[in-house]
Amino acid sequence: MTDAPLIELEGITKTFGTGPAAFQALKGVDMTIDRGDFVAVMGPSGSGKSTTMNILGCLDIPTTGIFRFRGMEVQALTRDQRSLLRRRYLGFVFQGFNLLSRTSALENVELPLLYRGESKARRREAGLRALDMVGLVPWADHSPAELSGGQQQRVAIARALVTEPDVLLADEPTGNLDTERSIEIMQLLSELNAGGITILMVTHEQEMASFARTIVHFRDGVVERVETGHRAGTPVGGRG
Amino acid sequence: MFGIMGATLLLSLREIRRHLLRSFLTTLGIIIGVAAVITMVTLGKGVTASIQDQISSLGSNVFIVFPVRAERGTPRPFKQDDVDQVAQQIAGVVVAAGAANSSATAFHNGQNWTTSVNGVNDSFLQAQSISLTQGRMFTPAEETAGQNVCILGPKVLAAIFVPGVSPLGEEMRLNSVPCRVIGVLEERGEGGGGQDQDNVVMMPLKTVQRRFTGNDKLQYFVVKYDASYDSKVIQNSLVDLLRQRRFLQDGQDNDFNIVDTAQVNQALGAATGALTAMVAAIAAISLLVGGIGIMNIMLVSVTERTREIGIRLAIGALAREVQLQFLTEAVVLCCLGGMVGIALAFGLSYGLSAAVDVPFAFDPTINVMSFLFSAAMGIIFGYYPARRASRLDPIDALRHE
Repeated sequence: MTDAPLIELEGITKTFGTGPAAFQALKGVDMTIDRGDFVAVMGPSGSGKSTTMNILGCLDIPTTGIFRFRGMEVQALTRDQRSLLRRRYLGFVFQGFNLLSRTSALENVELPLLYRGESKARRREAGLRALDMVGLVPWADHSPAELSGGQQQRVAIARALVTEPDVLLADEPTGNLDTERSIEIMQLLSELNAGGITILMVTHEQEMASFARTIVHFRDGVVERVETGHRAGTPVGGRG
Repeated sequence: MFGIMGATLLLSLREIRRHLLRSFLTTLGIIIGVAAVITMVTLGKGVTASIQDQISSLGSNVFIVFPVRAERGTPRPFKQDDVDQVAQQIAGVVVAAGAANSSATAFHNGQNWTTSVNGVNDSFLQAQSISLTQGRMFTPAEETAGQNVCILGPKVLAAIFVPGVSPLGEEMRLNSVPCRVIGVLEERGEGGGGQDQDNVVMMPLKTVQRRFTGNDKLQYFVVKYDASYDSKVIQNSLVDLLRQRRFLQDGQDNDFNIVDTAQVNQALGAATGALTAMVAAIAAISLLVGGIGIMNIMLVSVTERTREIGIRLAIGALAREVQLQFLTEAVVLCCLGGMVGIALAFGLSYGLSAAVDVPFAFDPTINVMSFLFSAAMGIIFGYYPARRASRLDPIDALRHE
C-alpha cells in the first residue's frame, strides 16, 4: 500500500453527451502521482485538464478506464461513497474561492468538520488551527465580503486543510488574484506541500506552475508531456 | 449526528431570518390555514356546547310525548289517566306530568301583555328541572283545587310589574281570570323548539283546564326516567302502553310522537359536528395551498443556493445530508407558520366566540393536530425541492452563477 502510488490513472476517457453531439474530452490519459508530490496541470482550454481534475477530485467518473486512489477503484464507487472519499481524503480550493457568504471565515473553515460529525468544540479548535496555518486568525469572525481576494483564498485553503486531507486539489487557485497575492498563495501551497500534503493544481500560468515539482502538460485530451523533478526550491522564497 | 442536526436547524433559522419578509409571505398560507381550521373547529364546538345547553334546559333523561294526527281527523289528545298509567306501569319512570297550554293577555297595574299560559303541576317543573328565582311552587292543595295562583316568567314580570318591587302576593288578571303571583321563574332563554320560555305564566294544570282550555285534555306530557335504565326499553314500553290505551291495531301508525331529549341532543351534536368538519375541511384547503407556496419558495431557494449546494457536495456532504438541510428548512418554516397560526386562532376564536355569544371552547387536540399537520405540510412539500437539491451535480452546481 505504501509503495503503491497515491493516484493511478489508466486509459481514462471521458465523453460528454451521446450520439452525433458527443464530445470526447479525454482520449486515454495515463498518469501516476506519488504521495507528497506537487503537480501542476497545464494546458490550453479544452485540453482536458479541468475534466481530469474533476475525475481526480472524485467529483466525476471516467467513461472508461481505471482511476485508483489509495488502491481503491474510484470509478466503481457510488455517488455517496465518493462523497465520503472526498470528506476523508480530499481538500478543494477553487478559482472563485467559493466561500459561503453570510457565514464567518471560521464557520466556513469548520464546515467540512460538520459533515464529519465533529463536536462544536472540536470544530472550533481545528478551525482556528487551520486559520492559523494561513495566518488569518484575527479575521476569524469576518464574513467573506469583508476580506480581500487573497484573504478569501486563504480561508478557502484553510477550509481544505481543516480535515488534514491527503490531497489538496486546487483549480486555478490564483486565477482571480493579482501577481503579488498569487505568489503569496503559491508560497503557502509550497509550504504545505513541504509539510507532506500532496497537491494537484490546475493553472495556465507558467510562473505559478514553476512552484510545482511535476508539471503535466495536456493537449487535446491526452497528456502531451511531463516535466519531473522540476524544482527543489522555488523562484521566490518558498520554504527554506 | 446531533451536531449536524443542531447545525442544520440553526442554519434553517438563519436562512429564514435572512429573508424575513419572504419567509413571512411564504408561510402566510400556512398561518391562515391553521388559524382558519382551529377557529372553525373552536367556534363549532362553542355552538355545539351552546345548543346542548339549550337542550339540557328541557331536562335530561326526559321524553316529551305529544299526539299527532293519524290517518284522518284531529290529533287525539292525552288525558290525565294516560299520564298516571305511564307513571304507574312503566318501570324506571320517575315522573310523568302533563301540560295544557293556552294563550292570554296578562293585566296588571294598568298594563297588558300577551303571553302563553302553561297549565302544569310541580312534577312537571321537576321533570324539566325548572327552578324559581323568587317565591315557591304550587302546593298539592292548589293543584287539586285548581286555585288561581301563578308563577311568572321573567319577561312577563318585566313587562307589567313595577321594577324593584316584589311581585309576590300581587293580584293580576289573565284575560278575565284573576290570579295571585306566588313565584318567578328563572331565565331559560329559547327552548329546543324556538319558543320563548321566559314569556310565560304557569298555573296549576287543573286551573288552566277549567278556566282556559275548558276541557280535561293534555297538549303533551313529559316522562322523566331513571338514568340507570335503558332509554330504548322505556321508550318501547311507553309506545306499547300508549298504543294499547289508544286502541291502535297492528299495522296502524302511532298517533303520537315521542321526543327523546338525549336523541335530539345527539342528532344536533352530529349535525353541528358534520358542519364543523365540513367548514374545517374547506379551511384545510388553504393549508394545502399554503403548502404549495412553501414548495414554490423552496424551489427558488434551491436555485438561488445552487453554488452553496455545490460547495457542500464537493467538501463531502452526502446527498441525504443536503436533502435533510432543505427539508429541515421547509419544516421549520411550516412549524413557525403553524405556531403563528395557533396564536392567531386563539385570538380570533376568543373574539368570535364572544361576538356570536357562544362559549369559548378551546380544544388542545385541534391545536396540536393543526401544528402536526403544518409540520407534515413541510415534509410533503419540502420533499421535492430538497430531493432536487440533493441530486445536483457538484461540478455543475459549482459552476452555477
